[in-house]
Amino acid sequence: MSDHRDFKLETLGLHAGQEPDSDYGSRAQPIHFTTSYVFPDTDTAASLFNMERGGHVYSRISNPTNAVLEERISAMEGGVGGIATASGQAALHLAITTLMGQGGHIVASQSLYGGSHNLLQYTMPRFGIETTFVNFRDLDRLEAAIKPETRLIFSETLGNPGLDVLNISAVSKLAHNHSLPLMVDSTFTTPYLIEPFAHGADLIFHSATKFLGGHGVAIGGILLDSGNFNWSQSGKFPTLSEPYEGFHNMVFTEESQIAAFLLRARREGLRDFGACMSPMNAFQIMQGVETLGPRMQRHMENTRSVVNFLNDHEAVSQVIYPELPNHPDHKLAAQLLPKGCGAVFTFELKDGRAAGHKFIEKLKIFSHLANVGDAKSLVIHPASTTHFRMSDEDLLAAGISPGTVRLSIGLENIDDLLGDLKQALKSR
Amino acid sequence: MIITVDNQAAYIYTAGHRIQHDKPTVLFIHGAANDHSVWNTQCRYFSTHGWNALAIDLPAHGKTNGVALNSISALSEWIKKCAEVLELKKLSIVGHSMGSLIGLELASKPESIVNQLVLVGTNAPMPVSDQLLETSKNKPELAYHMINQYSFSSRAKLGKNDIPGMSMQGVSIKLMQRTNPGVLHADFIACNSYVDGLSAAEKIACPTLLLLGAHDRMTPASRAKNLEDAIPNSTVKVLSGTGHALMTEQPNRITEHLKAFLMSA
Repeated sequence: MSDHRDFKLETLGLHAGQEPDSDYGSRAQPIHFTTSYVFPDTDTAASLFNMERGGHVYSRISNPTNAVLEERISAMEGGVGGIATASGQAALHLAITTLMGQGGHIVASQSLYGGSHNLLQYTMPRFGIETTFVNFRDLDRLEAAIKPETRLIFSETLGNPGLDVLNISAVSKLAHNHSLPLMVDSTFTTPYLIEPFAHGADLIFHSATKFLGGHGVAIGGILLDSGNFNWSQSGKFPTLSEPYEGFHNMVFTEESQIAAFLLRARREGLRDFGACMSPMNAFQIMQGVETLGPRMQRHMENTRSVVNFLNDHEAVSQVIYPELPNHPDHKLAAQLLPKGCGAVFTFELKDGRAAGHKFIEKLKIFSHLANVGDAKSLVIHPASTTHFRMSDEDLLAAGISPGTVRLSIGLENIDDLLGDLKQALKSR
Repeated sequence: MIITVDNQAAYIYTAGHRIQHDKPTVLFIHGAANDHSVWNTQCRYFSTHGWNALAIDLPAHGKTNGVALNSISALSEWIKKCAEVLELKKLSIVGHSMGSLIGLELASKPESIVNQLVLVGTNAPMPVSDQLLETSKNKPELAYHMINQYSFSSRAKLGKNDIPGMSMQGVSIKLMQRTNPGVLHADFIACNSYVDGLSAAEKIACPTLLLLGAHDRMTPASRAKNLEDAIPNSTVKVLSGTGHALMTEQPNRITEHLKAFLMSA
């Protein structure tokens, strides 16, 4: 018995963290569009500031609408709590700056989303935090990259762009042997496809902009804690286990061994860096979360049909999807991701860069844009857009060929999607 | 703070304050397989309102070393020794579940150190079913899950926590899962074998408050009537919409009740 929850994902997605509004009985979660909250008296005000009671002070630090989203996704992931952030990037930054400062080191997968790679490769070094990128399929190399100053092991559950499947239990075991936490970006998988905490991950973040929202109208992120990692015992996290002058010399691990990370992240990270989520965005993302289960089921059905169609098509040289037998992580995917390997994948056109251009221009239903995880199907040709400055040689090193096309499969009728792909491939 | 009791280090959470002997002291005692952190908000509140507020980790719980003590009398003796080390002659005791039995036993003694008593989520006797006792011994992980199921009201199982962003049942199960092997079983033996609670209750001289959860399935409010009747100077408050994990489900309401009771003296 490994699950402490009374309800399944679909039910939690609709109800967790929320009660009908006490004033009017609103069934939908109200949007608390307010910066601040009236204190009934000075004693309550002081108590809220000093964490002597639960509640809200200022919406940069917490907000009732955001709190429902945080509690809801935390329940869906089986964690102890969460913090909604302005974006997925803000969630990654919040995790890093909570765990380490200047001199800190991260070991990250080399198969990361470009935005995460930029933050780790180019931006964080300016603040004294370095990252070593390695192939997480090679556990010996991963272990060799760990230094005395390493404070975090980080990967996506499905790597970018080749959908490398993270062996969460093996990597977390290795991380824990070095008294280090494993954080995963589970944006592509969502709690519908995998619950990384159940496999040994310590922290999760999502770009909630993608499948959690699903509608493509709101940017947001969420950072979640499993409550499993022993920050005190590790001895590597003075931000959590030593007095913090910035909050009355609070020692977060003395407040709670379980909630220490989230306490510091909220009390310092949100307070000082301020990358909070707008309550409007929290509400909009919540509308998506309410239907995550049924939507992901449909995403997977459509994706499998498209993958099979392309895999059999004469104009396509390769489809990169872990459910296909030729994918390097095929066996691991079958074990970890029985419900599917996400709705974002790449495939190769035989005739290269020019063929990619033509194919995209002929598509009628797929939207040509730089996002994934929308209810609408999306397409992009990396060689001519996100990576257009790179030579063919550099593209190959990044796992992208001139003919690579990335699709994000949406919820349209599958006959319409296949028809659109068919006509675009035929008219090349 | 760390003190030494019976040659073992014992941890006491003080919300960052030092003990001052000119202030009244309230000592919070947690229940089975828990630690001091279940009392965080209450402890922090009293610490800034003229009190020494202490939340202790019982032996082998949280940050306190040693072996779990499997009788309420041994646990109450241990608390008494802690008070002696801290040079505290009189205490207000607030205990939850197993911790309430420790408070009950301490308060029943002649020349008791307890001058106010709050029993949160309590029954006396506090029998533990044979099934749960056996499970706590042989399958503690399953026992943690059973406790987590029984300890929360149906309302709380879907959440809406007073503490923004935190999952009540999530925190609760992780806290129990950190317990050292054998500790939960020892705690349950202590609760189950404490059969003299009602006799002890008759000897309590100090004002006593019973804080009960209307939907408590571990220590049902309906079964606390005999305890209420046995304690000479007792008051009962039943919190609607709340199960056994009262401080987790309703931290602000618990603080309000404690303020009203402890600070009115």
